[in-house]
Amino acid sequence: MSIRQAQRSGGVEVEAREVEAPERAERLAVPMAEPKGLTQQRTQAAAAPEPRAEPAKPKVEIRNLNFWYGDFQALKDISIPVGERQVTALIGPSGCGKSTFLRCFNRMHDLYPGNRYQGEILLYPDGINLVDRRTDPMLPRLRIGMVFQKPNPFPKSIYENVAAGLRIRGVRRKSLIDDKIELALKQASLWDEVKDRLGTSAYELSGGQQQRLCIARTLAPDPEVLLLDEPTSALDPISTARIEELVDGLREQYTIVIVTHNMQQAARVSQRTAFFHLGRIVEWNDTELIFTNPKESMTQDYITGRFG
Amino acid sequence: MATSAARLPPADYGRLIGRARRVDLIFAGAGLLVMLVAMGMLMALIVDLAVDGMGRLSWDFLTSFPSRRPERAGILSAWVGTSLVMIVTAFLAVPLGVGAGLYLEEYAPKNWMTDVIEINVTNLAGVPSIIYGLLALGLFVYAFGLGETILVAGMVLALLILPVVIVATREAIRSIPQEVREGAYALGADQWQTVRMYLLPAARPGILTGTIVGLARAIGETAPVITIGALTFIAFLPPAPVQPGFPFINFEWLNSPFTLMPIQMFNWISRPQAAFHLNAAAAGLVLLVMTLLMNGLAIYIRYRIRKGMR
Amino acid sequence: MPNDHTVKSYDQQINLLTRKIIEMGGVVEQQLAAAIDALTNRNMDLAARVIEQDDRVDDLEEEIDTLAIRLFATRQPMAVDLRLIAMAMKVSNDLERIGDYAANIAKAAARLAKVPPLKPLYTIPRMGQIAQEMVKGVLDAYVDRDTQKVLAVWHRDDEVDEMYNSLFRELVTYMLEDPRNISTCIDLLFVAKHLERIGDHTTNIAEKIHYMIHGERINRLPRAASA
Repeated sequence: MSIRQAQRSGGVEVEAREVEAPERAERLAVPMAEPKGLTQQRTQAAAAPEPRAEPAKPKVEIRNLNFWYGDFQALKDISIPVGERQVTALIGPSGCGKSTFLRCFNRMHDLYPGNRYQGEILLYPDGINLVDRRTDPMLPRLRIGMVFQKPNPFPKSIYENVAAGLRIRGVRRKSLIDDKIELALKQASLWDEVKDRLGTSAYELSGGQQQRLCIARTLAPDPEVLLLDEPTSALDPISTARIEELVDGLREQYTIVIVTHNMQQAARVSQRTAFFHLGRIVEWNDTELIFTNPKESMTQDYITGRFG
Repeated sequence: MATSAARLPPADYGRLIGRARRVDLIFAGAGLLVMLVAMGMLMALIVDLAVDGMGRLSWDFLTSFPSRRPERAGILSAWVGTSLVMIVTAFLAVPLGVGAGLYLEEYAPKNWMTDVIEINVTNLAGVPSIIYGLLALGLFVYAFGLGETILVAGMVLALLILPVVIVATREAIRSIPQEVREGAYALGADQWQTVRMYLLPAARPGILTGTIVGLARAIGETAPVITIGALTFIAFLPPAPVQPGFPFINFEWLNSPFTLMPIQMFNWISRPQAAFHLNAAAAGLVLLVMTLLMNGLAIYIRYRIRKGMR
Repeated sequence: MPNDHTVKSYDQQINLLTRKIIEMGGVVEQQLAAAIDALTNRNMDLAARVIEQDDRVDDLEEEIDTLAIRLFATRQPMAVDLRLIAMAMKVSNDLERIGDYAANIAKAAARLAKVPPLKPLYTIPRMGQIAQEMVKGVLDAYVDRDTQKVLAVWHRDDEVDEMYNSLFRELVTYMLEDPRNISTCIDLLFVAKHLERIGDHTTNIAEKIHYMIHGERINRLPRAASA
């Protein structure tokens, strides 16, 4: 029985109500504008949570970092702390500067002419400025490891790949190298799959395995910070999941910064997220807050797929 | 409306495919023809050589010195000379060429001076070989007073193929993907470590190929060697490199006069007696085999290196 | 324009979800109005129809839940979308409970229509009026995303609670006076209880809407005097 019939037999009251639903639906046709009374509500809701108190101290602190490719300024006044034993994710549309930012940490840009840094990337506990001209580019690279987007094992055996970082640092004792290789491969959850064929070429591994090999290679020399530049974008979903699981375990020991195109990955894997756009950080905060209630409308537009 | 006009009626697909297949066939046929002509000429050359020279090939031929009597003449001094000179050439050209190529590719700053050097290196590959001979004569033989020796022959041939090795080295290093380099630097390697541990090993196959090409050219070069004074009638061998007494290795052989296979062949072919021409043909066959052996060795080495890497 | 999703069908599905909530809200509003009407005017037919219509309310809740779950699976919603879809599920739950209470009031109305009235009712229609206003207010707030309206509704729940308490004492007095009144009084008490619960659920909806808009909960706010 329809509401109309009930209305006819019922009281007068019902008539007025029936109009409400279609009228409301019409009001809805207007796109969801900014909720009314927003600003004053925010200030009134004084119990609004601030970004949760930061961990005891950051491992790396970036202050007013600017970076130029020749004449083009790719990074503008970046200031953000990177917490110790945390995963910090960098998200943003293509070309927004997140990879550029990551490569400043270990001075990768120095390999190519015409680049200029300005500002500070301070590595604690000593507080060295990694992008200072007086700091030798090798120093950050010896303390910070990087995993690249496309797995790039050396054209050598699995053993030699993982040993690379140790040999570069002049470690010679074979027993020490063997131990470190085993540990690194276990940390990268690759040990069981390759322990019987350490002498075979790294190219015989699958894509996902090669990437884990690159992670093991980076871990072997005990870096303080791990930089992951879209580590799973070239991998299938299962390999991706395994590496995410890996990162979750690694964060107990290492400070990790990860660049990713995939927002769900950033949400899954990180504790802090920073949103980049056109060379600036638009917003950074606890991951949970960024993905449930971002402060900036641009951030919200990006993560909900309203961008571009 | 526009979209429906753009659709092809089915019959046209058949015509397109038919035409494409015909064109394929024509090109394949033309290619085959050209290859047959080239291969045919090559085969004709070799068969001619074989027909003439096969009869003269014998152990005696390989182990006798040249002589005024064609039936007793042999190529012992010639092939020993060629082998020794090739060894010296390789020993000089490879380190110098690889080193120079490495420097130009990895260490040289990218400025106009480097560009000038690069252009000159590639040009040197085209300089006529006799000019190298003149250079060697004036510089090594007279100015340095080294004499007409195996050492000087090796030096001039090394100079000759140096550009080839340099370019091959540069190309090989350039073809290493940037990711390997970045991976090495990101681990904290300095430039020399990166070059020694990662770039050079990866570039080895390419460098080896370039060396093969260079040596294959050098083994047949006659003009520069004649210019510096290789003799055409040598009835002795250079001193042996090993000796019973201390220090067991001597380098006297570097200072010895010598002759080479192409020179011996040229000498014989210039004589009027037909019998010597047969000798020349036989020597040609031996030279071919020597070249093939050298190439084969290098290919084998390259194969082993590739197997170790892949 | 940055307000639309790049994938249009996503916008369409979210709009569909919101429209369903509004539809469900409208039905529940009508159910409540009809139930109170049936009660005050002792109309048994109307009461019967309200009871029948409760199925429609349940169906709508199921449709909303299904659509919301599909959106979670296929769109991986974030931020404002995530809150909207999650709260849609919870709001539909509260609306369904309000619908149930309206049907229960209709059942009580059917029973009360058969016996002579106790005395002219005043408080219960008044409570019913407030409940209806709260429901209307919260549904308007949902559409307009108006925080002021949300807070207005949220604060009115105190009024309903106070009215329930005084009515409780009044009915107990009647029951003590004359045991023959007990059956009637108990039905009236139930009705009052249902209305009070409707007030609570409407307040819940208000809280959900606030979270949907702001990402923060009202609970933390000090309970100020009603606006």
